[in-house]
Amino acid sequence: MGDRAYTSAEITIIAAARKLKNGTVCFVGIGMPSAAANLARATHAPDVVLIYESGTIGAKPTVLPLSIGDGELAETADAVVSVPEIFRYWLQGGRVDVGFLGAAQIDKYGNINTTVVGGTYASPHVRLPGAGGAPEIATSSKEVWIILSQSSRTFVERLHFVTSAGQPRPSESLATSQKPLIRGRGPTVVITDLGILAPDPLTSEFTLVALHAGVTVEEARAATGWELKIAEHLEETPEPTVEELATLRDLMARTAEAHGQERQS
Amino acid sequence: MEGFTHLIPFAAGHEVIRQRRKYLTLIRMTPDLVYDQMIGMGCASRLVFSWGGNPGVGSLHRFRDAIEKEWPVPLAIEEHSHADMAARYQAGASGLPFAVLRGYLGSDIPKYNTSITSVTCPFTGEVLAASRALNPDVAIIHAQKADGKGNVLIEGITGIQKEAVLAAKQSIVTVEEIVEKLDAPMNSCVIPGWVVNYVCEVPGGAFPSYAHGYYQRDNAFCKAWDGISRDRNTFRAWMQKHVLDTGDFAEFRRSLSADRQVAHG
Repeated sequence: MGDRAYTSAEITIIAAARKLKNGTVCFVGIGMPSAAANLARATHAPDVVLIYESGTIGAKPTVLPLSIGDGELAETADAVVSVPEIFRYWLQGGRVDVGFLGAAQIDKYGNINTTVVGGTYASPHVRLPGAGGAPEIATSSKEVWIILSQSSRTFVERLHFVTSAGQPRPSESLATSQKPLIRGRGPTVVITDLGILAPDPLTSEFTLVALHAGVTVEEARAATGWELKIAEHLEETPEPTVEELATLRDLMARTAEAHGQERQS
Repeated sequence: MEGFTHLIPFAAGHEVIRQRRKYLTLIRMTPDLVYDQMIGMGCASRLVFSWGGNPGVGSLHRFRDAIEKEWPVPLAIEEHSHADMAARYQAGASGLPFAVLRGYLGSDIPKYNTSITSVTCPFTGEVLAASRALNPDVAIIHAQKADGKGNVLIEGITGIQKEAVLAAKQSIVTVEEIVEKLDAPMNSCVIPGWVVNYVCEVPGGAFPSYAHGYYQRDNAFCKAWDGISRDRNTFRAWMQKHVLDTGDFAEFRRSLSADRQVAHG
């Protein structure tokens, strides 16, 4: 991967941005989801509706927000509502097409852990920030996308804690006779620095469906804590276009300048 | 104390630290730097929250140290999701005993929190999350303006502050300025003075957070906090010098800018 003209982070964000269709209503997490959603808005999806949990609906920031409640989100939004309203009327009300989340760890069903790693709940080895809006974003959005770096530490066989639900296992959905565990389709895609995963229609297990250019199946397997299944027709993520790269780098440079930090390369 | 990544009552938090308050139950959807400071100074024995981090920067080191290593004192936690915390404040403000939401589906959080259970809808049979209403003894918030009668105007991202004030038994509001006439646009977020117990004029009282229309967030400070708070001794020395050894928030600001001028040559 060393001779590519772009970084792993760039291809991850670009691959995610491409999936966002124009006009989609997207509930955006901070960090990589926000970067991808804003890249989409600056390229092929100018009318994507970005909702941040601070209550900003239709935010159109010119730089990426450092936090979920940056002033620019409010200034550029179509509407600014209270936190109870954003979760009740807009998320729980079923108005969100895509809930776009980051994660510390996931398992093969797309369950997310952002709470504790190791030890016990009361006395963990590593205390993570916790749930935020994710448990309800994961179950009230029509579908959920997850973006994170892929490694054997982040893609684990068994989570210490399930903060936000993924796909119900086939046995669970059969056992649940009345109502499905989650209302929407749950996580439908996981985008990483190595490739893209989607749930197998029969087993619900996240399966590798695409690799970014220059990444091998062996590398993806080595970076996965469970026995990674590979789709029959494995695709390759098209290389970033000149426009995509230039737009993303502009966005990152503006962001770095606005937040007074060294430019990340 | 509330403030959803905007209008965070730092000045009030510092005064709590100066007065050496202990054994507090701190409540906040998004405990960030000011709660990290209060926890690190041993003000709290319990924390009720939904996301604990330094937004856009990373971990809260004092929060983590308290949970992982019980330093400086053990910190019991009660953890919720954002949607639930918002609903709990609403229930508290509404005089209801509990909140109802379609929440925590497939999440482990309710297993570790006795304030969360479920309730069956009497009309549809749907099983929903039920969560104990939140009625703090005191709510402390920061806002842009108040008038002589204590009517408070909040502009920009309004978060959960109005609900927090109405849910609490007593409320304290710090403001950027006390004005003769509020001149609030119709339908804006105004908290009538007769539900507010105390108003204090503290210009810049949300620093390093921001006050929409007055000043921006000091992102450089939020990043610097990561280094200051990482080590127990560095943290203690910083708090001693800038908070405990200063008489009020204005003096804290002077002390900090003197340090920063030295650092920048």
